[in-house]
Amino acid sequence: MKIEISNLQFSYPDGVQALRGISLIIETGEQVAIIGQNGAGKTTLVKHLNGLLQPTSGSVHIGEWDTRKHSVAKLARRVGYVFQNPDDQLFSKNVGTEVAFGPKNLGFNGDQVQALVKDALALTELSDKTETNPYDLSPTWRKMVALASIISMDTDIVIFDEPTTGQDAANIARIANVIKALRERGKTVITITHDIDFCAENFERVIAMAQGQILLDGRANDVLGQEEILATTYVDPPQLTRLGKRLGFKETVRNEEEFLAALRG
Amino acid sequence: MAIVNLQNITYKYPLTETPALRNITLQVEEGEFVAVIGPNGAGKSTLCYTLAGFVPHFFKGELAGSVEVAGQESSQSTLHEWVLNVGLAFQNPFNQISGAKYTVFEEIAFGLENIGVPREEMKQRVTDAMKLTGISDLADRSPYSLSGGQQQRVALTSILVMQPKVLVLDEPTSQMDPIGTREVFGVIRTMTEKGMTVVLVEHKVEWIANFADRVIALYEGQILLDGKPGEVLTSDLLVEKGFGISRYTSVARKAMKLGLWKRESLPVTLEEAVEGFTR
Repeated sequence: MKIEISNLQFSYPDGVQALRGISLIIETGEQVAIIGQNGAGKTTLVKHLNGLLQPTSGSVHIGEWDTRKHSVAKLARRVGYVFQNPDDQLFSKNVGTEVAFGPKNLGFNGDQVQALVKDALALTELSDKTETNPYDLSPTWRKMVALASIISMDTDIVIFDEPTTGQDAANIARIANVIKALRERGKTVITITHDIDFCAENFERVIAMAQGQILLDGRANDVLGQEEILATTYVDPPQLTRLGKRLGFKETVRNEEEFLAALRG
Repeated sequence: MAIVNLQNITYKYPLTETPALRNITLQVEEGEFVAVIGPNGAGKSTLCYTLAGFVPHFFKGELAGSVEVAGQESSQSTLHEWVLNVGLAFQNPFNQISGAKYTVFEEIAFGLENIGVPREEMKQRVTDAMKLTGISDLADRSPYSLSGGQQQRVALTSILVMQPKVLVLDEPTSQMDPIGTREVFGVIRTMTEKGMTVVLVEHKVEWIANFADRVIALYEGQILLDGKPGEVLTSDLLVEKGFGISRYTSVARKAMKLGLWKRESLPVTLEEAVEGFTR
């Protein structure tokens, strides 16, 4: 499912111009991270993908669908959106019902819903918590419920808004596993994140935004190595990228494997 | 002299079986900057609530042991006396903002109003505190119209303005970009230089290593490690128990196995890593 954004501009009703001409193609199955300072327009941009926001001018296509011509409910078949704060999206009395809600609403039959729920719970390591009330879980597990309730909808495109905020190391590793599994299934994953090390370790393409525009867009190594340009949108390169630069490595490195390979020479 | 003195603290929340804190004994010196790390569920926020008197004054449950700050016992004080001993900035600023005030300036003055500080002194203290945390330009905004990172600064400022003896901060930069984080750590350092004692819960290990005097690792309600940042943050135990560690530490540990890191101690910060890998 290809995403095509053409000269997208968006202004909020109070006149704040949040997006100033974004053009972007994301191919089926790409894993893209969007980075940039608070207020750069990251969330505003992704809210255009499932129709929560409509362009002031320009256009957004999800496959052949123009988002201006399809409802949010219909776009939900193609684009799943995991909110930053799980408490903004959870409402059911137990985890199983919560995770079944999405696919039921998309019109999958009973057997299909059951299979989708089972799969989403397994992927998020929640299989033993089906009967639990989401609010009896710790915030980290509630985050996994929020992920599961979107994954169960089996959309071609999945968006994560700041998935690692407030999560500990174990849960960040679980979230990385979920993203990896979605990649293997050929899903398109778009993630907004401040966590630059998480970005470096899990995404092949990185888009840096500043003031409603795209500042950089390319292979992770190429983008994350641009220390001076990233500084203009208040992003520090990943720890190992900075270390590699200081040690005078020729190539930009972004994970332990690349770092150790460069160290050996 | 120890300004904070916890003796054998064990605490269970109401209707729970497992203690959130188990037999914690801990002294903090005046002016010390102590960072607390731990996986989710380790008891970090509960420890903050206990220092700040919310346990046992707000959260009931069963508390054993003694909490002493500046020679006073928390269970013998009221919560509104205790705010002058210990100020707590919550993990989620939304839970801290009073909801009773229309502007950031009034919000920050709220605590001072409640303890009856004279009007002119109050204005001065609020103005000074906002300047210190770099939010003077937000004075007339509604606390609810701010971004998460801005709200966190307002929450921090409204605690600083009270001038407590001990400042307790529960992940004060979790919603901030690197610039915001740098500024907040700068403010904390300024406060400790002025003699304030700081207890900080934080996941950002590299920042802790650069700023804190001491690190306490909590695990399942107990103190697992307590010592200098360089020692605690590079301990093998942290990896075993699922703590987040610095990428520099992690990669140096792997390099060590390959014979590419020749020092005995592992790095936590960029500078330590550069130094170790260069020689």
